[in-house]
Amino acid sequence: MDTDALQRAIARAITDPDAALPPGLIGSPARLNVHRNNIAASLTAVLAARYPVIRRLVGDDFFGAAAGTFIACHPPQNPALMEFGGAFSVFLAALEQAASHPYLPDIARLEWARHTAFHAADAEPADLSIIARLDPDRMPLLRLSMHPSAAVIGSSFPILSIWRTNSFDATVKPIALEAGGETVLIVRPHLDVVTAIMPTASDRFTAALAGGATLGDAAQAAAAHAPDFDLATALAELFRRQAFAAIIPSTI
Amino acid sequence: MIASSIPPRAGVGLKPEHYAAIMAEQPDIGWFEVHPEHYMGAGGLPHHMLSRIRRDYPLSLHGVGMSIGGAGPLDRDHLDRIAALVRRYEPGLFSEHLAWSSHESTYLNDLLPLPYTAETLSLVAFHVDEVQEVLNERICIENPSTYVRFAQDEMSEIDFLANLARRTGCGLLLDVNNVYVSAANHGFDPRAYVDDFPVEHVGEIHLAGHARLDADDPAGPLLIDAHDRAVHAEVWELYNRFVKRAGARPTLVEWDNDIPVWSVLFGEAQEAESILNGY
Repeated sequence: MDTDALQRAIARAITDPDAALPPGLIGSPARLNVHRNNIAASLTAVLAARYPVIRRLVGDDFFGAAAGTFIACHPPQNPALMEFGGAFSVFLAALEQAASHPYLPDIARLEWARHTAFHAADAEPADLSIIARLDPDRMPLLRLSMHPSAAVIGSSFPILSIWRTNSFDATVKPIALEAGGETVLIVRPHLDVVTAIMPTASDRFTAALAGGATLGDAAQAAAAHAPDFDLATALAELFRRQAFAAIIPSTI
Repeated sequence: MIASSIPPRAGVGLKPEHYAAIMAEQPDIGWFEVHPEHYMGAGGLPHHMLSRIRRDYPLSLHGVGMSIGGAGPLDRDHLDRIAALVRRYEPGLFSEHLAWSSHESTYLNDLLPLPYTAETLSLVAFHVDEVQEVLNERICIENPSTYVRFAQDEMSEIDFLANLARRTGCGLLLDVNNVYVSAANHGFDPRAYVDDFPVEHVGEIHLAGHARLDADDPAGPLLIDAHDRAVHAEVWELYNRFVKRAGARPTLVEWDNDIPVWSVLFGEAQEAESILNGY
């Protein structure tokens, strides 16, 4: 057996708990289990560190089982494991056993955004004073760059309230799902990741801005989903939380 | 001994859990080592802290994901990211493992064993040449902890590593805990292994703790390279034996799971340093 065929056989055997020892290996099934356990335990630990609130919400047993299935379906594609696990929200959305917790995928998106913000490129955030110096009539024509770490997540569930109590409270506070959805900004202006509430449809607004839309066009895109969307309020909140990197000078 | 800017002193693997203690105490320690895979993000706290560490201490990069022993071609994107970190941090040393961890597009996140044959030697040598060419420096390759062996083995691990060092000019990283773990798992004498190890190629030594697993294995309990506890007395003894023969070499204490408070890890480094100072 050449090296490629041998490694294919070993790779297959260690990702299948019932596989026999591939031909040519001297050892025992227990010895192959060391590698199986190393892989399962290390990747589950990576997911647990990345999704601590999901883990608390579903408990260790459920989380371990879900992580095992996820690892089998979406194994890492390269050794930079900081890129591993981004598909967990999509996976949870399709997981039948998680259907009774319909907010889990959005919580997972929030936790993944915190993880990517932690590792995002450094950039000086734009200062709130910039906006005060601008001609209000020209403001709708302005284009803004989001800070490289910024993400805004809109949900029909109170995801920030759920995330907060499961992150910081020894005893989880009951959260009424009927309270409605929350829109959340995740950003890391300097070294610390900030997670903050934003006006409804700010996710539509910032997505349009990130796509190159002017403030006026982005506000219209947001208002299409939330008629009471107010450009001035949303801008003030986003600037206060340092969610913008810079203003493109040529458009001022 | 290969030239490097890592001093022949004791260092430890840098853990985020210890950033604050290291900043506060500025310990007198020879050097730090990191897994470059943990520093492949664009920015943020990891790079901020590593830059501060690098300003004050020599740094070594210890790769765990290059899959040097993989049958397929090296992952050039990964190698380019390593090269970018080498340019940014100018480490005194880069090391990797005699193992494989990727197959086709899947990264298996473990150090998997390979048979020691003329074919695999050519394969590993080809990959080591490629890494050394891209990084423009001599790298060190580490002996693995192994749990299974191969019927097709044509040479010993030591002969394989010595041949590899001769063919590529690479250095070797002697992991004394791995020697102890593999020796227990395969029933060979760890003292003979460290006595036979080609001392002239050794650029770095690793120490770590291991776990004992009462597995369903006919050979008895298995030792696992767990990096989750203090260095065992038997491993210190092997280390002492090697340093007595080799002289002081850069020595790293690894502790990657169940990470203790800083003072405990620093104490392990001081223990290694006291042994280095004896020779």
